[in-house]
Amino acid sequence: MSLNARTLSEEEFFYGHKACAGCGGALAVRIALKVLGERAFAILPAGCMSAVGFNFPQLCFGNNAIISTFAGTASMLTGVRAGLQAQGITDCYVVGFAGDGGTADIGLQALSGAIDRDDDVLYICYDNEAYMNTGIQKSSLTPFGARTTTTPAGQRIRGNIRPKKNMFEIVASHNIPYAATASIGYLQDFINKVDKASRIRGTRYIHVIAPCPTGWGIAVDETVDIAREVVDCGLWYLAEYEQGHYTLNRRPSEFTEITHYLSRQSRFRHLTQEDVEVIQRSRDDKWKQLEALQNR
Amino acid sequence: MKPYLRDFIPRTLSELPEDTSYEAGYLVTKNAGWRSIRPVINPEKCVGCLQCYLYCPDGVIYKWNEDAGRGKVAVDYDFCKGCGICRRICKTGAISMVDEKQALAQEASQERSGQHG
Repeated sequence: MSLNARTLSEEEFFYGHKACAGCGGALAVRIALKVLGERAFAILPAGCMSAVGFNFPQLCFGNNAIISTFAGTASMLTGVRAGLQAQGITDCYVVGFAGDGGTADIGLQALSGAIDRDDDVLYICYDNEAYMNTGIQKSSLTPFGARTTTTPAGQRIRGNIRPKKNMFEIVASHNIPYAATASIGYLQDFINKVDKASRIRGTRYIHVIAPCPTGWGIAVDETVDIAREVVDCGLWYLAEYEQGHYTLNRRPSEFTEITHYLSRQSRFRHLTQEDVEVIQRSRDDKWKQLEALQNR
Repeated sequence: MKPYLRDFIPRTLSELPEDTSYEAGYLVTKNAGWRSIRPVINPEKCVGCLQCYLYCPDGVIYKWNEDAGRGKVAVDYDFCKGCGICRRICKTGAISMVDEKQALAQEASQERSGQHG
């Protein structure tokens, strides 16, 4: 039976947490745990979800959960899986929830190692496109042009000058058993991917875009809406990598207006027409690359 | 089952666990005070599509309950932060955001009249 709003577990495993109102990351963690259930051992590095989930004695995870070192999400996943195996415990999932900084910058080496060893773990990166927990500093998954506290919008340099790292492709290039991208704006797709990943053995990676109202400069009720729009305008994509093949799950026949997406967020408000054209060009190039990957 | 508020809050050293682990899902504080507006669900308009339940970042909208009615949803106001994602996601317009202070005043007056009646 396929999982959906009706068939999903009614139990809540991420409840009473102290995330900001309208938090996209919290939604990603909540839904993933509802799919995986109580027998999921969650590992969280330094980042929003550990900061809001573990405020002793307020412990918001309803399943086993532990905070790892910032760089060591994937290493701890490996260790927990080995520990469980040594005890003969097999009917469980080992899942990590790391942010974009904890995945693409600080934890990349550990993740690469875990994939190389093909440890039986699920790694979920909730990507809010900056170090939101510490005050919106740029990460390597911050998109071009975004204003953060370390890439301010000035007269000459207008926000982040570097493009977003191709994290999904980096992971897929390891020949990982399963990798996928998702968006909290399209939860059914995310649920399907977590469900699918849970039934595959070996290392699995899901990269879910999870807007942050505080860091992106949007209203708290716009999180889901903007997570849909980023897919609809082509600046994010829903894809899968499995057994050497790339699949694009959603190919909008026509992208929605990029300027509408950008102008809704205060982190992009300083951008000039020239900057928007750069973003548009890079989007079109990115889709060409993705389609080439799919058709190769 | 939803996680619930506990009465026991460890306060002294001897009440703290000796190792680094503690019971999962141990809640001692509410998030209700964060809210300036609250979602109110109109059961007449609700068609039970469960999209608000699915998309709530805090998981405070729950289904199939005595006060909610079968196929309908209700809100756990102890943990709702009033973000309003549910109102935006609702296709039938069954959810409206109401001023929290007014809602509290209304609740208090209902309670008072209930006591007198």
